[in-house]
Formats: sequence, C-alpha cells, structure tokens
Amino acid sequence: MQQILVIAEHAHGTLKPSTGAAVGFAQKVCAETGGSFDLLVLGSDAGAVASAAAQYGATEVLMADSPALAEPLADRHAHVIAEVARSHQSTLIVATSSTFSKDIVPRVAALLDAGMVSDVIGLQVEGGELVFTRPMFAGNVIATVKLAGAIKVVIVRGAAFAAAPALESPSPLVAVAVNVAALPSLTQFIGREEKAASRPDPTEARVVVSGGRALKNAEDFERLIGGLADALGGAVGSSRALVDAGITPNSLQIGQTGKVVAPELYLAVGISGAIQHLAGMKDATVIAAINKDGDAPIFEVADYGLVADVYEAVPELIAKLKA
Amino acid sequence: MKILVPLKRVPDSDTRIRLKADGSGIETDGVKFAVNPFDAIALEEALRLKEKDPSLEVVVVTVGRQESVEQLRFGLAMGADRAVLILATGTLDSLAVAKVLAAGFRREKPDAVFMGKQAIDDDSNQTGQMLAALLGIAQATFVSKFELDRSGDCARCGRETDAGIEMIEVSLPAVFTTDLRLNEPRYVSLPGIMRAKKKPIEELDLLALGVDAVSRTTVLKLELALRRKAGVRVKNVDELISKLRFEAKVI
Repeated sequence: MQQILVIAEHAHGTLKPSTGAAVGFAQKVCAETGGSFDLLVLGSDAGAVASAAAQYGATEVLMADSPALAEPLADRHAHVIAEVARSHQSTLIVATSSTFSKDIVPRVAALLDAGMVSDVIGLQVEGGELVFTRPMFAGNVIATVKLAGAIKVVIVRGAAFAAAPALESPSPLVAVAVNVAALPSLTQFIGREEKAASRPDPTEARVVVSGGRALKNAEDFERLIGGLADALGGAVGSSRALVDAGITPNSLQIGQTGKVVAPELYLAVGISGAIQHLAGMKDATVIAAINKDGDAPIFEVADYGLVADVYEAVPELIAKLKA
Repeated sequence: MKILVPLKRVPDSDTRIRLKADGSGIETDGVKFAVNPFDAIALEEALRLKEKDPSLEVVVVTVGRQESVEQLRFGLAMGADRAVLILATGTLDSLAVAKVLAAGFRREKPDAVFMGKQAIDDDSNQTGQMLAALLGIAQATFVSKFELDRSGDCARCGRETDAGIEMIEVSLPAVFTTDLRLNEPRYVSLPGIMRAKKKPIEELDLLALGVDAVSRTTVLKLELALRRKAGVRVKNVDELISKLRFEAKVI
C-alpha cells in the first residue's frame, strides 16, 4: 500500500496541466499496488490553484499557503514538502519534470534520506516492487531501475503519463500549518525576467515549431518560426545554438539540457539535429524537418523531410497554410 | 576564500554509446572519457573568480576509481590549485555521491561548491541539490550568471528556469550548479599541463572518511533506446502540407 504525495506546480495563479502527469503516475501506482494519493500545493494565495487541483481525485488537497512560500525557493519549499511527507507517512513522492521540481525535489529526497529517480518514462510492478524506466545518455539508453528504502522519490516526464478524467466530487482542501519561523531563509528572491508568453508552452502544445542555426536573428525567428507556429496554433522552440547566440530565450531550448517535448507534430526548421537536440524531441508522434543540408542528421529521424532554404520554404508554407 | 569543484568522469559527449552484451552497463573499451562538460563550466567560473582574487583556492574533487585521476589532472591543468581523489568502488547513486561530497566538504570547509547541473551520462540532475540539503546550506541551481558580493557573505545568481531567468541571492556557503551559458571553459594549455604535474593530488579512502554511502538505486538493466527510422523526403512545400494534412493528419 503506497501513501503517495504528489507535488502540484503552478504559475500566475494557475495549476500547470503538467501536474496531471504526476497524478497519472500516482493513479497507476495505486491501481497496481493499492494505496492513495494526496496533492500538495505550496504557495501564497494559492486557493484557486488548490481548487483546480481538487478535480484530480486526490484523497486530500493539502495547502501550504503562506506569503513565505510566494516564490519557489528551494530551501523553504523542500523543508515544507519533507515535513508534510513525514507527518503523512508518505512512501512515495511524485512530481512532474520541470526546472521547478528538478530544483526542489532532489533536496527533499536528501532531507528524507530517500533514493530518487529522475525523468521516469515507464512503470512496472514486479513482485509488489515498483520498477521504473528512464532515459540516460541523452536518451540513447533506457535504464530499468528500482529504489530501496521506506520513502521513494520520483520525477516523471510529462508526456509519459496522463491523469484519469476529473472526478465530479472535488477532493477536500486541507490547510497545512506553515511555521514561518522554522523555515530556512538561506535564499532571497530578487526577480524574474519573464517574457510575456503569447504562445503555448512547448511542453504542453500539440504542435511545436522549432528553429535552429539557419535563423540569422531574432526578427527572422519571430517572423518565420513564430509565424509558422501561429499558422499552426502551436508553440515555438529553439535549438541550443540560437539560445547561445542570444537570439532566443533559454526557456525555449529543446534538448538534453533544456525542455523535453513530445507533441503530435514537431516541425524542425533549420535544425541540424545533434543528439543533444534529438534527446528533447524524438518522442514526438510525427517529426517534419526543413533543412538546406540534405545530409543533416535531423533527416535520419524525420518522418517527412524537405531539403530547402528555410528563408524560401517557410514564407511559402505560412502563406499556403493561411490560404 | 575556497571553492570546491567536483568533477565527474563521463564518456566524451561525442561517444556513440554501446552496451555490454548482458545489459549490465555501457561498453567502456575504446571509449574516450572526459570531465562532465557542465563540471568544466563550474571549474571555469571558479578560475575566473581566482583571476580576480589570487588568494582564492580552487580544489577539484572526484569520487570514483583510480582512473578518475585523469579528470583531476585535467582540472589541475585548467588551473585548479590541488585535487582530492576519493576512492570508491561499485556504482554510487546521486544520494551516495552527495554523502561522500558532504564528507569532503566538511573536511575542506569551502565557501562555495561549483558543480555541473547534471552529468551527461545519467542525466539525473540531483547531486548538487542533495549535497546542499545534507549540509543544510543554500543552493542555486541552473546558474547562468554569477556575481559574488563584495562582502564575500553572499552571491547573486541568474538561474535558467522554464519561465525565464530568475535572480536570487544566496548566503554562503552554498552549492551552485552550473548551466550551459554561464561561460565557455578555457582550453587546457601545454604550460598548464606541465604545471599540473607538480600540483598535489591527495587520495582518500571512502572508509577513512567514515561515510555510509549505500546506493538506494539499483540499475536492473540497460537497453539501447529504439531509434526512429528516417521517413520520406518530400519534393516541395505543397507535398509537405499534403502529407501532414492527409497522411499524418496532424495539421
């Protein structure tokens, strides 16, 4: 019997849909081994987030609501999550892969002396034991691993699991007392350079249009990649080269060290397809690629390849999609 | 001031990974090993601070078998002052490594730990955060900007998050995990390699450190990921639209 604690993630007062993957994973564990799960929301004035989280069928939605938790500072958040895990005798802590959880959750694991697996993409139960699969070596190797110990911690890939449909009766909201005086204060939040996002997050979009080295500047990226994404109702992404060149922000980087996406359509525009990039998009249902270089490795993984200059092909593509 | 920089020995990033026949691990015969690229970025940042303050000491450390001494030599050749090899056999998971590094930290008492945000072999992205937790000190992960306060008591960092760059200030000592855009590591020079030969490498035994570094993670097997197959080439934009619309039905 597992007692699972799922960590909710939110931004701007809205529950992130990616939380559903962690819930889906928890539901799968419960179905296979028995047990139940709670959802934990940490934040300040997070009532709307908690209400949204209450639709997922958790036994309880636990709310650690305090101005001291307004920003996702790892020292404080990890402290509160570990306290809740102890008081609820959690056997498994689950979060969805993101910079939020990768920052905080390993810290929780160490506070609880728990083993942890990152980027879980598969789950089996063998002899009552949880067995996880996860990618290594930029996605070239799949490892099958298990964890020992009374508490286990996992971060799951968003695209690998999905929550069961929402329940009609919401979970009860239960406040968790936050002892502000006991919180660590080793870190202070200064600010965030957040770009106003007019397009969906690439990890949540059905279509991702991604640009690479062929794009010469930010204006061209916006006109061609942004324009094509808008014509398809999709999100934009970027190769590392453009982020390094300052043409695109880091939050768009797709790859081993950036975001990992698995949309229905990934359209790679002027991207050569280094293995580090492929690690972030090779689980897309359909990959299409446009590149001037017919020998570019992206064509080895693309379902549809067009050898063409992106400066000619993309405007034509946008015009014909809009027609 | 002292900065501790853990370096991990990993297969070079250009290596095509092959597995042993029984799936128990990767084939290491003929594989070139290197310092984890993110750790090289961490070391570069420490060396840049040392250029501004020559009294700053940079100590590189690794946990592993004797062969990891190669990566320490590389760190010394880049410019670190001295090196510590903590000998350990068997496979250690992130938490076990963090426990070993915590023991190393308590022995060295540095003001900061700079290390890569993830290693390019297991891609776990855990050890730095775990180390900070075990020591009860601050962490700043995914750092792409670093500025030491003049007081030497704290540092301001830009962190690469999914939402954009987040700025935080952390009290020292702290663990900083480095992201790609923090800097571009220097090349190792021939004089650097010559100087490195005279720099001390201390060897410690895991037992002597008194660490209980039991791994809670067991790797049952490794398999090569299925590779996607190349699809078809289309002749022009019209055919691309047609394929996506009527064959793949994704637009």
